[in-house]
Amino acid sequence: MFGLFETGFASFSWGNGVMLAIGGAFLYLGIAKKMEPLLLVPIGFGVLLINLPLGGLMECIVQGKVVEAYAIGGEPAGLLSRVFRYGLVWEIIPCFIFLGLGAMTDFGPVIANPKTLILGAGAQFGVYFAFFIALVLGFSINEAASIGIIGGADGPTTIYLTNRLASHLIGATAVAAYTYMAMVPIIQPPVIKALTTKKERAIYMKPQLRLVPKLEKVLFPIIGAIIIILLVPKSAPLIGMFALGNLLKESGVTDRLANTAATAFIDILTILLGISVGAFMSAQSFLKPETLMVFGLGVAAFAASTFFGVILAKFMNLFLKEKINPMIGAAGVSAVPMAARVVQKMGQEANPRNFLLMHAMGPNIAGVIGTATAAGIFLGVLG
Amino acid sequence: MSQEIVEVPITGKILSVSVKPGDEVKEGDILCILESMKMENPILAPVDGSISQVGVNADQVVKPGETIAVIEY
Repeated sequence: MFGLFETGFASFSWGNGVMLAIGGAFLYLGIAKKMEPLLLVPIGFGVLLINLPLGGLMECIVQGKVVEAYAIGGEPAGLLSRVFRYGLVWEIIPCFIFLGLGAMTDFGPVIANPKTLILGAGAQFGVYFAFFIALVLGFSINEAASIGIIGGADGPTTIYLTNRLASHLIGATAVAAYTYMAMVPIIQPPVIKALTTKKERAIYMKPQLRLVPKLEKVLFPIIGAIIIILLVPKSAPLIGMFALGNLLKESGVTDRLANTAATAFIDILTILLGISVGAFMSAQSFLKPETLMVFGLGVAAFAASTFFGVILAKFMNLFLKEKINPMIGAAGVSAVPMAARVVQKMGQEANPRNFLLMHAMGPNIAGVIGTATAAGIFLGVLG
Repeated sequence: MSQEIVEVPITGKILSVSVKPGDEVKEGDILCILESMKMENPILAPVDGSISQVGVNADQVVKPGETIAVIEY
């Protein structure tokens, strides 16, 4: 028997309508505005699919009954609930995405100018700033850590940490992290301008960095992984995969593996991650006051990371003979390469001679390590 | 008359060249677009002046220190 009550129309709520508009907005930003399309298109489509009632994509079985929305303690029974459970909840996808990222990353700017590692660490103060604000606003300590990590601007790390500490917030924090990564060119410039004079933004940095020999590039992921994992053991899944991916690239003997990790492998994982994060955003899971607070705190975290990065660069200039352009501190958030691109553009605006891209890539890449390490610290303390 | 030599700042590929010898440029005008680190980067004129030499072509792979253009002012 096929009647009106078996179609999706009868179960369609105003919340589903709102979420369809949000999913549509993600698709618009991704397709028409080309803002992070590789992420926003699968996330946006996942939002659309999950808000068409009775599709069963995120079905779970709880005590013998089938429920439409994803249930944390239930047995996944839908196409995307299975991907969500075994890919995200089991922490496979975010960590292996780091392997692909490692295979795409050139640590040359960090090795050539190790000072930038400090800037990558400095921007993580924003994570802890937002963490304390979230605590003050009444979030639990685990929720506050998951919200604070948004300030690191690293999607996979945010998902990894949230899943471990406050899995009910995973849709909100993941989407906030990816949305703000896409909005780096809007969020960062006002913060940078408020903290620097035009003269500071115009500080010229010589374009030629030291040429980094192959041996240093091969040793960096090996020694880096050993030191960081010994210091922060809980960062091992993220840092370990990141370092392995980079070693595949730099060793020169595993080009096939590095090429696959940097292309097809990370693309497949990105599709699965995007659509399952989007599918977590059903009306009943997402339309809550706490989600809006997560979004508000996320932007505060991001702005604070930018703030601390620039301030630290200015502080370093007090001691440096050859001054650095303080804007490169803003690239310490790990949105690679969006933050470096913002610094490059603003540097050229202030002084057409400036070409800060490779100087900004140092803190930018160091920021990825910094955010994964910050997540490891939270897990070590709270997990 | 003074000269300003604009050099390639980073290894990459020239996507397009916007000037030719004899052109007048103003500070901040785009001389060429350099693709590097999967990004399109404009290379800007550092001074007002006249282009006396262009050292790069579209699709050329370039290294740091190579001459993009010479501006007389």
